[in-house]
Amino acid sequence: MFGGGCGRNALLNNALFALVIVPIQTTLALGLALLLNRPLKGMALFRTLFFMPVVFPMALVSVIWTIIYAPGSDGMMNAFLRFMTLGFWQPQDFLHDPVLALPAVMLLSIWQGVGFQMVIILAGLQSIPTSLYEAAAIDGSDRWNQFRYITLPQLRNTLIFVVLVTTILSFRLFDSVRIMTRGGPNDATTTVMNEAIKAAFDQQKMAKGSAITVIFFLIVLVITLLQRLLVQEEKAIE
Amino acid sequence: MNNLDSTQWTKQRNQQWLRQIASYLLLTFLAFIFIAPILFMIVGSLKPDELVLSEASTLKAFIPQQISLQNYRDVFERVKFEKFLFNSLFINGTIVLLGLIVNSLAGYAFARLRWRGRSLLLIIVVALMILPLEAIAVPLFFQFTFLGLRNTYIAQIVPFIANAFSIYLFYTFFADLPQELEEAARVDGASPLRTFVEIIVPVSKPVFATVAILTFLSEWRSLLWALMITIDERVRPLPLAIATFQTLPPTQWGDIMSFGVMMVAPILIVFLLFQKWFVKGVASTGTKG
Repeated sequence: MFGGGCGRNALLNNALFALVIVPIQTTLALGLALLLNRPLKGMALFRTLFFMPVVFPMALVSVIWTIIYAPGSDGMMNAFLRFMTLGFWQPQDFLHDPVLALPAVMLLSIWQGVGFQMVIILAGLQSIPTSLYEAAAIDGSDRWNQFRYITLPQLRNTLIFVVLVTTILSFRLFDSVRIMTRGGPNDATTTVMNEAIKAAFDQQKMAKGSAITVIFFLIVLVITLLQRLLVQEEKAIE
Repeated sequence: MNNLDSTQWTKQRNQQWLRQIASYLLLTFLAFIFIAPILFMIVGSLKPDELVLSEASTLKAFIPQQISLQNYRDVFERVKFEKFLFNSLFINGTIVLLGLIVNSLAGYAFARLRWRGRSLLLIIVVALMILPLEAIAVPLFFQFTFLGLRNTYIAQIVPFIANAFSIYLFYTFFADLPQELEEAARVDGASPLRTFVEIIVPVSKPVFATVAILTFLSEWRSLLWALMITIDERVRPLPLAIATFQTLPPTQWGDIMSFGVMMVAPILIVFLLFQKWFVKGVASTGTKG
């Protein structure tokens, strides 16, 4: 049923996707939240701007980014990279390149998802009592230490929640893959859900499609339970 | 002594001032990167089709030379955009409204009533929160096909009314409410349902708003289920519509951009108007989790 490489490729891609996206997106969200966590004017405006992509349907995001990734030197991404590398970048066809396709999809997922996490983390940051920081400042600790010993521990639950949710969401990857690459050059970007839909609808193999979704759910369940187990252990130690 | 203090003080003020400027610069740069695709879409919708692609690599991608609404007209000529918009609004609105009723009642039942099997059911609800639509999508598809309900509104609404996450949000909110409110009603002999409607609901506006926003947001963006269950244009919602529109020959990017603008405008406007609620709603899921 997982005949040949396609099942394995899909699982591999999902795993790769989750392993790359979750840390990058969370770190980025944390960074943005830290930047915004100050009583400066205009923070609300920036927060709105960073959150805007979240409101966009993935289908629309995929369509826009398809143009951004247009091959040749006319493509926006190519032009941008050429600008950033001072002319060294050669124009690439992102969506048809077996190596670049998956990272391209990752980038747009990150773009869409960071705002969501950032808002949650920001709320978590704002609930840390300032008295903790004041006490630490009086004791002479610098900002880096304050971050390590006050901010991070206080944020633990929020960060764990964010990581859990993002992991689960990342396994559902379908919309962008279906619209932009249809599984990618030689299954380079195919995901489990994409394979399931392909089997059930494009190939009329209903049973195979069903089987894939069932196994998928079991895998997600196992991973979620594992993550929760790890979390419980940490709580117990505290 | 005084001189030393004041120069140190100004130095600190300057450092702070510099840090602020740096923060603003960094934030503006990042914000521009985030907004770039959105700007690109809006500006592209106002340009003639050829220029969308050819100017994409320059700053002209963000600055329209001649503004024209031709693309918007094209969209309406080529497909029935009004129908897709109506479908999305109808399907989403119904899911949210019915969902608020069903899920809040369930949440209240878990919070205040006691019955056999309640604990077990609660555990099941919590476990179901992690169940993604995808896991049951194919069997669900079979169910609806078997019932002859493929390509209907019902198929796009009913599976999404009851939502484990919404139930959980309601449950935790109601459980936190002080019991005194309801005790007064109980003394007067009111049934749980009346108590719920007349006392609890008016006090629970935040959680209702949060659930409504989160549900609307997640359903408005979904593509997978519409792709599976609809066949023709009659009940097709917006995300699927833009995906098909993109493959409709000839591929006119200007038209596609204006389709996108019109598609996201409703929710974007709702978002901008109710920002505070949106952000609060999303952020509160973190504190509950």
